[in-house]
Amino acid sequence: MMVEECFPATRLKKDMALLPRRIDKLMMIAVLVVALALPPFLGDYWLKGVMIPMLILSISALGLNIVTGFAGLISLGQGAFMAVGAFTGVIAYGRYGIPIPLTLLIAGAMAAAVGAVVGAPSLRIKGLYLLVATLAAQFIILWVIQRVPWIGAGSMVTINTPPVFIAGLHIDEALEQYYFALCVAALLTVFALNLTRSRVGRAWMAIREQDVAASVMGVSMLRYKLMAFMISAFYGGIAGAMVVFAWVGAASVQEYDLDLSIQLLGMIIIGGLGSVLGSYLGAIFVALFPIAISIAMHNIYAISGGDIVSAATLANAEHLLFGALIVFFLIVEPLGLSHLWHRFSGSVEAKLSRFPTTNQTPTRRRPM
Amino acid sequence: MNELIYAIELTITGLLIGSMYSLVALGFVLIFKASSVFNFAQGAMTLFAALSVVGLFPIVGFWPALALTIVAMCGVAVFAERVIFRPLIGGAPLVIFMATLGLAFMLEGSAQIIWGTQPYGLDLGIPIEPIIIGGVYISRFDLVAAGVAGLLVLLLVLFFQKTKIGLGLRAVADDHVAAQSMGIQLRRVWAVAWALAGLVALAAGMLWGARIGVHFAMSLIALKALPVLIIGGIESVPGAIVGGLIVGVAEALGEGFVGSMIGGGVQDIMAYLVALLFLLFRPYGLFGEKKIERV
Amino acid sequence: MKKKLFTRNALGALAVGLVAAGSSLVATLSPTWAGESEIFHPMMVTRTGPFASAASGVSSGQQDYFALVNMNGGIDGTKIRWEECDFGYKTPRALECYERYRGDWKIVYPNSTPAIFALAERLNTDEVLGINIAGGRSESSDGETFPFLSPVMLNFWSQAASTIRYIAELEGGEANLAGKKIAFIHIDNAYGRQPFPIFDALAEMYGFEWKSWPLGWPALEQSAAWVEIARRYHADWAIQWNYGQSCNVPMTEMKKVGFPLEKFIGTLWCGSEEDILPAGDLAKGYISANYHGVGKEFPVIQEIIEQVYGAEKGNIEEDRVGTVAYNRGVLTGIIIVEAFRNAIEEYGLPLDGRKVRDGFRMIKLDDARLAELGATGLLPPLAFSPTYHGGIDPQLFQQWDGEKWETISDWIPPYEDVVKSQIEKASAEYRAQTQQQ
Repeated sequence: MMVEECFPATRLKKDMALLPRRIDKLMMIAVLVVALALPPFLGDYWLKGVMIPMLILSISALGLNIVTGFAGLISLGQGAFMAVGAFTGVIAYGRYGIPIPLTLLIAGAMAAAVGAVVGAPSLRIKGLYLLVATLAAQFIILWVIQRVPWIGAGSMVTINTPPVFIAGLHIDEALEQYYFALCVAALLTVFALNLTRSRVGRAWMAIREQDVAASVMGVSMLRYKLMAFMISAFYGGIAGAMVVFAWVGAASVQEYDLDLSIQLLGMIIIGGLGSVLGSYLGAIFVALFPIAISIAMHNIYAISGGDIVSAATLANAEHLLFGALIVFFLIVEPLGLSHLWHRFSGSVEAKLSRFPTTNQTPTRRRPM
Repeated sequence: MNELIYAIELTITGLLIGSMYSLVALGFVLIFKASSVFNFAQGAMTLFAALSVVGLFPIVGFWPALALTIVAMCGVAVFAERVIFRPLIGGAPLVIFMATLGLAFMLEGSAQIIWGTQPYGLDLGIPIEPIIIGGVYISRFDLVAAGVAGLLVLLLVLFFQKTKIGLGLRAVADDHVAAQSMGIQLRRVWAVAWALAGLVALAAGMLWGARIGVHFAMSLIALKALPVLIIGGIESVPGAIVGGLIVGVAEALGEGFVGSMIGGGVQDIMAYLVALLFLLFRPYGLFGEKKIERV
Repeated sequence: MKKKLFTRNALGALAVGLVAAGSSLVATLSPTWAGESEIFHPMMVTRTGPFASAASGVSSGQQDYFALVNMNGGIDGTKIRWEECDFGYKTPRALECYERYRGDWKIVYPNSTPAIFALAERLNTDEVLGINIAGGRSESSDGETFPFLSPVMLNFWSQAASTIRYIAELEGGEANLAGKKIAFIHIDNAYGRQPFPIFDALAEMYGFEWKSWPLGWPALEQSAAWVEIARRYHADWAIQWNYGQSCNVPMTEMKKVGFPLEKFIGTLWCGSEEDILPAGDLAKGYISANYHGVGKEFPVIQEIIEQVYGAEKGNIEEDRVGTVAYNRGVLTGIIIVEAFRNAIEEYGLPLDGRKVRDGFRMIKLDDARLAELGATGLLPPLAFSPTYHGGIDPQLFQQWDGEKWETISDWIPPYEDVVKSQIEKASAEYRAQTQQQ
């Protein structure tokens, strides 16, 4: 019998910490150091082509993970929430000159308001039915953005943003945009870590595991389900605004189509449902792998001199390979990439610590 | 009076199109019934089947092409069951859903590697000229397509009622564990369900292909099936039919009457609006069972 | 049990390894240096996904033209070396492709309106010209407001105006347009909505009526819209602004509702073989706009067949040579090579984005130059300048005879004043939107 198990209070306190295990803390510090120190040495390609989009997608995936991974409510509308945020952002900043930090909050709040409406059906339905309801929202939201003249998407369906200034600082270099995105991502990550370990987070998990039981135990379905949707949309909205301010420089409807929502869902499933880390790993997987495969294919093409296989075949092989990789990873690790880390770190932690930690590998459970 | 004829024509158009939607939705129903998996690859299977038929057609002739495609679709079914779903048995439904998405990428990629990216026409020899009854234009092609869809549903219903495998499928759908303990081989039943879904995909691919051509965008037709499933109930064969018809009519009337008032383009969201209404008032669809919660 | 756990761990390690391998591949991406007498020209292409069918012809047409130029000694001795980046018509991947070859771009042609919109900002910062022939941002005809964007030929507004002029011609003059009803069926996005202001302006001028039928992508089902166009609106003419595979859907629907095919005109983006082949015999007699000549009977294409395909150096199946998409590629190749040539003459090697942009602005393709290039009739005479980036051009109209396209009209110019005033208006709006604060 371990000492800690005899003193539940100690354990609880430890569990309540932001990062309960030492190895997680070490990892977090390492990641932060790398994320802060490495970029100046990376070229613009890495920053603008890979890192910035990955960070922004991670923010959105993190939001989606809150509603789908933690609260167990599946959503295919995250792309549309990003669109709401993008257009709110570009209007608030471009048309009314509201400062960027406030604009981000407004973009998030607007998306959250829409999220509350979209999340309403979740009080009655789950699973595939909820998936279709959120899918409907995805279509209807984009349709409305295109149709309301005030938004001004009008015939171009694209709105450009004026130069981005934060506190007098002109954000236009890749490195500045990267740090801006990193800063937002870090804040939102800490918030998510806190939230999921709080009373709210436990309520969500109760809903995910058994919503009837949770409701009997006094967890308010209305409050927590809507809250999950709103926070998820809030993250999506901020990510959407970040697409405009730190990545593309314009808001256009077609970037937020169903494909994006499916991609985001894919990220959290592959990365790990109900895991903050998983949201990042999933975003890395989905954003990085097609590019890595594409470059590998390109090199094969270059080496073969284009005589053996045609460019079209290789480009389609990329599609095929990516699909196979998704399946492969799901079979290897159905609980997501984050689980790989947990298993690996669990064994390291056991060696680091005199007492085996109680918060080792999460049990194999069905996330939904 | 003219408005009435217009409304009738829209309704008939909607019904006929709706039967084509049903056909796509059926594939989803079959797989969901047997394994509670929402198969995102159904659209890609439709594309794969149709491309195989039109690709093989000039090489071996129509009927052999059809036969070879049937074999290919069974091959896809076995592959999906063996390589993808057997290892994932007992996993979270959402994970299996994701795996079907991976399968969709694989099918789309390989279909385009084998048959190229060029679009094909597909002429089934069905006349397209309309029949005109009392000023109402009715498309012959759509009538035939609706007939095929109806026949297919009838065959499927008979299959479920009368054959041993069909009964096994139903038993599995009702209770996996009980069915297994009764000696029904789960894996075989699943492979059969996937193969059936592949055949339905083939039929849908041929009819849609004759209507809009065979090309990559075809896999997007599957999206039309989602509201159909909600309206009809996800594990009901008759539900897929009725749901398809409702969506078809709602789209046609919506576009024809509401659309012209607010600048058009409501057709695509109409299906989802109707589905949302159902979700509010009849969450498990017209023929669905109340217990379903999984994806 | 133990063994299974081991397998799982091994697979896990493999997974991590794959991630690492994938990432390192990105890291090893080496920048490519152009040799002394070589122009390195990265290309964005679409060889996957729903739009690959026609887009692959456009990319390969350019490459075949580059190959022809190279075989004949290059541009005064300078050869073109190209490399592809497939983005599958997906905008985020186009941005990634752009960054992948950042610094190497001489001129960017994604052949995708959404992509060029998203790239605009970066192109401006990096001073690289982005072109999207007969597409992109219509007001980028204004070279002063958009120094690094160009529609090159026929912006969307010219397309719309020229199509109306062609209808007027068939009706026997603009006077006969009065009271006519034109149904406009289109994809509901930036591309499909661009004609709106031109139709509005022309409807006011000539007294015709027009109505929009927007279709959500992928627009594979249009039956209700066609019932309405034919049976309730009773349109005199219908114009389609579909895209890719939705182009052939109206053929079936029109037949069903009894709308005459000869009263139906397609946008030039519904004017390639790939767009209508799936409709089979139903498309016989279909008329669409185009911005270039069709077929193989141009000297430059004959040369490609003889030299490039003769040496088995072609970049596409030979039976696609001479298709609409392919010819679009060849004429794009001609324009790019002309820009390179002018830039080399003006500045010498090595080239960069700005020099090529200046070279582009110096392009003067008059009849004599077109004849030299063997492209007479393939494209109309063109001339650009620092203030005018092209885009106000005439269209040809062509009819599908079941096997191939036949050109059936002369070059039909747009209503230049209407298009110009729209360009001015939209450019002013753009300046107001971006230069605030």
